[in-house]
Amino acid sequence: MRGVDLAAEAGELVAVIGPNGAGKTTLLSILAGISKADAGNVEVPGKVGWVPQQAALYRRLTVEENLLLFARLEKHPDPRGSVDEMLELTGLEERRAEVVARLSGGNQQRINIAIGLLARPAALLLDEPSVGLDPRQRARLWEFIGGLAGDHGTTVIFSTHDIQEAERYGGRMLVLADGEALFDGSAGELREAVRSEAPEAADRDFETAFVSFLHHRGH
Amino acid sequence: MRWLLLKDLQILRRSPLQAFLLVAYPVLIAVLVGFAISRSPEKPRVAFLNEIPTDARVSVGTQQLPKLGIDKRICGRVECVRVKSRGEALDEVRSGDAVAALILPADLVDRLNSLSTPNPRTPEVEAIVNEDDPLKARLVNDRLTALLTEANLTIARRISHEGGRFVGLVVHGGQLRVLGQAIPFLGLGNTARILRALRASLPPGPRRDSLDQVLRFTALTRGNLGTAATLLTRLSQPIVADKQVVSASSPPLEVFAIAVAATFTLAFVAILLVAGSLALEREENAFARLTRGLVSPTGLLTEKVALGVVAGLTVTILMLAGLSPFVPLHWSRIGLWLAAILAGAISLGAAGAALGAAAREVRAVSLLAFMVTLPLAFLALVPSGTVGAGLYDAIKVISALFPFKAALQAITAALDSSGPSMVGPLVHLVALAVAYGLLARLALRRFTAV
Repeated sequence: MRGVDLAAEAGELVAVIGPNGAGKTTLLSILAGISKADAGNVEVPGKVGWVPQQAALYRRLTVEENLLLFARLEKHPDPRGSVDEMLELTGLEERRAEVVARLSGGNQQRINIAIGLLARPAALLLDEPSVGLDPRQRARLWEFIGGLAGDHGTTVIFSTHDIQEAERYGGRMLVLADGEALFDGSAGELREAVRSEAPEAADRDFETAFVSFLHHRGH
Repeated sequence: MRWLLLKDLQILRRSPLQAFLLVAYPVLIAVLVGFAISRSPEKPRVAFLNEIPTDARVSVGTQQLPKLGIDKRICGRVECVRVKSRGEALDEVRSGDAVAALILPADLVDRLNSLSTPNPRTPEVEAIVNEDDPLKARLVNDRLTALLTEANLTIARRISHEGGRFVGLVVHGGQLRVLGQAIPFLGLGNTARILRALRASLPPGPRRDSLDQVLRFTALTRGNLGTAATLLTRLSQPIVADKQVVSASSPPLEVFAIAVAATFTLAFVAILLVAGSLALEREENAFARLTRGLVSPTGLLTEKVALGVVAGLTVTILMLAGLSPFVPLHWSRIGLWLAAILAGAISLGAAGAALGAAAREVRAVSLLAFMVTLPLAFLALVPSGTVGAGLYDAIKVISALFPFKAALQAITAALDSSGPSMVGPLVHLVALAVAYGLLARLALRRFTAV
């Protein structure tokens, strides 16, 4: 990673976008404390919740057992109460006794996020949270994530290589390519930057225009 | 750590078939290996047909030797399956029920007796063997050679004993019993006494000189035959072995077999469970989440080894309890058993953790655990002297680097009340646990790749 300087406010939704190999997962894993940066520092006023791309769940345990395990490991004073709270938040109360392996991908991702939230994080990091989900499941997931940022004031930083998803759900967009930050701003500002730097593609769809923008920047 | 342990036990409970196989398979293998070791080399089953007439006796000169008791001698060395015909003996060997058949033909004694006649015939026994595998062939050949050597030795002893008796009669005189009648035998000693009395009555002259020659010959022959009598009795076994045990006394075979069975069970349960459970953390993508402040990598390794210890200890003790009605086990030594099994489980669990961290995927781990554990366990059972010195040194080094042999030694010492001290194997196990723990901790760095 080179020249990445990111500050996010409480309740902000930041989309980290870029082509494959841009450094999205690396940036999130440095923010999460899983990987160490060679230089620079990360400051978070509170805990950071980490939701990996693939659900980090024990598939042979039930929804409740998974949540209870991580609530206990987080040393919650009332782990069962925290589990009930997360089940209510994810809308999976009725599925608490179901083995995770039998849940749909969307519901598994909800539990995955709920476990990330058990840390009561100031910031939640989501690595490509909607990969493998159908459009209906995606919509429900983003509604849930939007609620976390809007209703609970959680800073959400998520990575995606789906430019339309980033434009739709990310209030702010950080564009990475080859480990370098190319752009940091709102979706509208990104459209404007694309239009000015790749005018020949301005009338095409946003994804095509974005690819031209990356090309103009040498990526 | 207890919550992670509880979680792993819950996962095991959710997979009853896997849990059953994890316990049943090693126990089955262990019991089979244990009993195979304790049984096969001790008394192989041999089909035995004795066609020698019951009244046949080996004769030396005019003397008939007492019954040789061949049946008793052979059946004391092997497990005899008595058969009534050569065909039945062949069937026993072909079917694999017996490793060999030994047939003593009806004319065996006649042929033995012919050895002292002008027309000797070689005495032969018939051996039928099933050499369907080289190990069995070697075992059977060794056993048959030993049996024939012993039979030849028995006959040689009897003959030399009778020969010695005859020489004794020639030297000292006595009574020789032939066909129930006692025939007086003068002997060289009595002959010399008579001749000396006769000599006193003779005047000096050529007749007395001749008698002196006979007396000298008698004295010389008597002296030499006295030595020959001793030589004859030693001829049948000129060399005797003075056996001195230089290393610790070996445990009874059944105790060793139980120790092997217990160690096999412990090794498979501890290694497979720890390695598989650790690899599962990565396969379920939980490792990165867990080690982000919830539990340290070392803490996670410790939990996995603890899981192996709990499962290994439970299964091994249950297996010993299951075997105790059939074999004598000293339950008063259970404290020592627990110490040996605990140390073995920790060391084997640490080896499992290193394998799990290195292989990372549950299927690869299971395969690797079998590929590593099974051959190393068998290598640890190779006794000294059965292979070349250089190869055995290599086997010793390899066995010392894996906890199976040290665990086997510790468990054997714990089970055997007259066995060697447990201290050496326990120290060895602790050292291996530390070494494998460090290896596992290093290999765990590969888990952090996201």
